[in-house]
Amino acid sequence: MRYPILPSSEITSESAYLDRRRFLTAAGLIGAGLVGAGSLQALTPTADLAQPKPLGKPYGLQPGDTPTSWEDVTGYNNFYEFGTGKEDPRENAQGFRTKPWTVRVDGLVEKPGNYALEDFLKPSVVEDRIYRMRCVEAWSMVIPWRGIMLADVLKRAKPTSKAAFVEFTTLMDPAQMPGQRYPVLEWPYLEGLRLDEAMHPLTLLATGVYGRDLPPQNGAPLRLVVPWKYGFKGIKSIVRIRLVERMSRSSWMVAIPSEYGFYANVNPAVDHPRWSQATERRIGNFRRIPTLPFNGYADQVASLYAGMDLRKNY
Amino acid sequence: MGSRSGERAGAGPWLGLTQAPRGFALVVTLAPPLIVFGIVSVLLTDLFWGTRLLGTDPVKSGEHLLGEWTIYLLFASLTITPLRGITGWNWLARHRRTLGLYAFLAVVFHFVVWLFLDLQFVVSDYVGWATLETDLTKRPYIIVGMTGLLLMTPLAITSTQGMIRRLGRRWQRLHRLVYLIAVLGVVHWGMSVKKDLTEPVLAALVLALLFGWRIVASRRRRAERVA
Ligand code: HEM
Repeated sequence: MRYPILPSSEITSESAYLDRRRFLTAAGLIGAGLVGAGSLQALTPTADLAQPKPLGKPYGLQPGDTPTSWEDVTGYNNFYEFGTGKEDPRENAQGFRTKPWTVRVDGLVEKPGNYALEDFLKPSVVEDRIYRMRCVEAWSMVIPWRGIMLADVLKRAKPTSKAAFVEFTTLMDPAQMPGQRYPVLEWPYLEGLRLDEAMHPLTLLATGVYGRDLPPQNGAPLRLVVPWKYGFKGIKSIVRIRLVERMSRSSWMVAIPSEYGFYANVNPAVDHPRWSQATERRIGNFRRIPTLPFNGYADQVASLYAGMDLRKNY
Repeated sequence: MGSRSGERAGAGPWLGLTQAPRGFALVVTLAPPLIVFGIVSVLLTDLFWGTRLLGTDPVKSGEHLLGEWTIYLLFASLTITPLRGITGWNWLARHRRTLGLYAFLAVVFHFVVWLFLDLQFVVSDYVGWATLETDLTKRPYIIVGMTGLLLMTPLAITSTQGMIRRLGRRWQRLHRLVYLIAVLGVVHWGMSVKKDLTEPVLAALVLALLFGWRIVASRRRRAERVA
């Protein structure tokens, strides 16, 4: 069920009708006396003219998946460097300077280097891809990203035979990132992937959303997108990509090891200690939908974890 | 609660207010339910009409606002006694129970929003008794919150004038549970946040102040009795 829950112009399918009835029964318990039944007339929502058309090829979308609005994608997310509230980043990230931007690729590679962002991106094909996004907090979105394949970058840097993991680092700049002035997490934000995860063709380094450059609140100018993992793996405003031998640390693992693991693969069978991961609330819709193993990308990525106990390696 | 705790001796009440300013009672009586019902109405408006009064995720925002207002109203109720003691405004006394009752109103809606709109018990095909049972038995922050809600229920039921008379001394003893409830509420808040403990820690400090005042006041009373 999408908001508004009572659309005026849509033909009501039987199941939508039943959904609505069930919701009204529940809502009635609360709303009785507040909202007269007669006044439950829907108004046509005004079209959001600022919303660009979603671009790109859909990957792993399920029936009923439609791109989340530009307003929600760019106005509601976690980016603790700009505040711990989900509507803080949009407010606090404006004016964040992304030019010039340098990305350092180093560690166990044959060709390390510091690259100006333009040079870093230039050799790669920029693609528009629509992915599902599942936050560890049990809400989800569908996002049209623009970006390049991380594998492309890694291949160019030529990991040595010892390299087994990739570590990513966010910019450290408390003057621009007010959240970094408080020890909510260990700064700078760190994330990691196993090398085969990093080389997977679904793994993107995103530079844009909805066909535009990333707004600062979404991790401009360069962020990671790994659609089969919980959103916090998608480290933002990346300045360093380092190939390492041992499993790298990630900020959330360090912060609360019992709740956030290195792999963080979307898994409906493994609950977060404080909530179930079996279902999710899609932003913009009311009804919960089932969470899919690997967020719907199991056919493409499950083999990476063959033989692993995913309950232990959460 | 000790009605004479820390009462100002000698001088009259602050600002010479021997009775409540005009309209004060009306505001205290009307504002909290308006806020609580206001949050619920706005939440439903967002869901039914697609307005964005509560932002992108109205269910979470509404749930959080109602949880926060439970704390605010509970604290307001707990502030009456110290405020009376410090200012000598004895006319505040009658609002202590009202504010406590409104805290109960807020937490009932907090619970209902959680149950039907967030968890979507029975509302969603995927959420039935099994999910509810897991949440109520396995999630510590829910257990703590639920304990708070359950403990508040008898206090709400016995908040009538008739009950006060009927229960006599036992009423006082029963209603001391409010201290435990406030602690459970703040602990529940602290356990519910992901990482940023700023707000629950602030709440804990305020609660410590409220408790601290009572301890000091009761010590002083005992000292006076001995002397
Ligand atoms: C004395 C009783 C209670 C008090 C004082 C209370 C207060 C609060 C407060 C202050 C918050 C945090 C709001 C925020 O982060 O802005 C909260 C969150 C929450 N409470 Fe309660 N609550 C109580 C009982 C309950 C009960 C009975 C339930 C459900 C069984 C419940 C479920 C929740 C949930 C689900 C959250 C949100 C967690 C999240 O997803 O962030 N609470 N509560």
